[in-house]
Amino acid sequence: MTITLRYFAWIRERIGRSEETLDVPAEVATVADLVGWLTAKGPEYAAAFERAHVIRAAIDHTHVQRDARLAGAREVAFFPPVTGG
Amino acid sequence: MSVRVQSEDFDIGREIAAVMTGNTDIGAVVTFTGVVRGAAGDAAITSMTLEHYPGMTESELEQVEAEAHKRWPLHATRIVHRVGMLMPGDNIVLVVAASAHRHAAFEAAAFLMDYLKTRAPFWKKETDLSGTGHWVDARESDDEALEKWKK
Repeated sequence: MTITLRYFAWIRERIGRSEETLDVPAEVATVADLVGWLTAKGPEYAAAFERAHVIRAAIDHTHVQRDARLAGAREVAFFPPVTGG
Repeated sequence: MSVRVQSEDFDIGREIAAVMTGNTDIGAVVTFTGVVRGAAGDAAITSMTLEHYPGMTESELEQVEAEAHKRWPLHATRIVHRVGMLMPGDNIVLVVAASAHRHAAFEAAAFLMDYLKTRAPFWKKETDLSGTGHWVDARESDDEALEKWKK
């Protein structure tokens, strides 16, 4: 399945890009699976996801937990805990 | 109801006037303004840059605003959040809550801020005197502030 990935703040800086569209294999079913799959893609992803437990995710602009399923997702975003206000 | 994300500054008086226009049922207007501090702990900062997630930011702010209107009898609310590079002393965020009476307006303004701080996708990066940037860490106290609003 084809998914647009968006990265923000220090995750964007470590990966070296703010977005990309990737063809994700079918066995990557959840957000947690996607983190694992990306981490194995290269050292920049491993660096970005090394503190994976603090990273938050959103599917199509909605906050989700790690067990959220990717089926039907157009855009998945990864970002640190938010610090606005 | 109104949410805006913008790089330009805002004028608090003008925002209040916009809320009041044509609405004589309003008896209380509470505003909160967040401002860039000149230091992070003991270290001076020269600027702060705010990044956000266009699309999701507006959607989250609208949901937070709608939730406030469900909980309190509000006549109007307004959220304005700035992005881009800001200097110490610059405005960051404005929340306006208007109601017939003060309690609803005070509580709704606090609720809007507590919710947006933990849900709206903004990230702050502070630049120190050496020119080095540091991403601001989320505070546990912000999550705790949210707990008191849980039903």
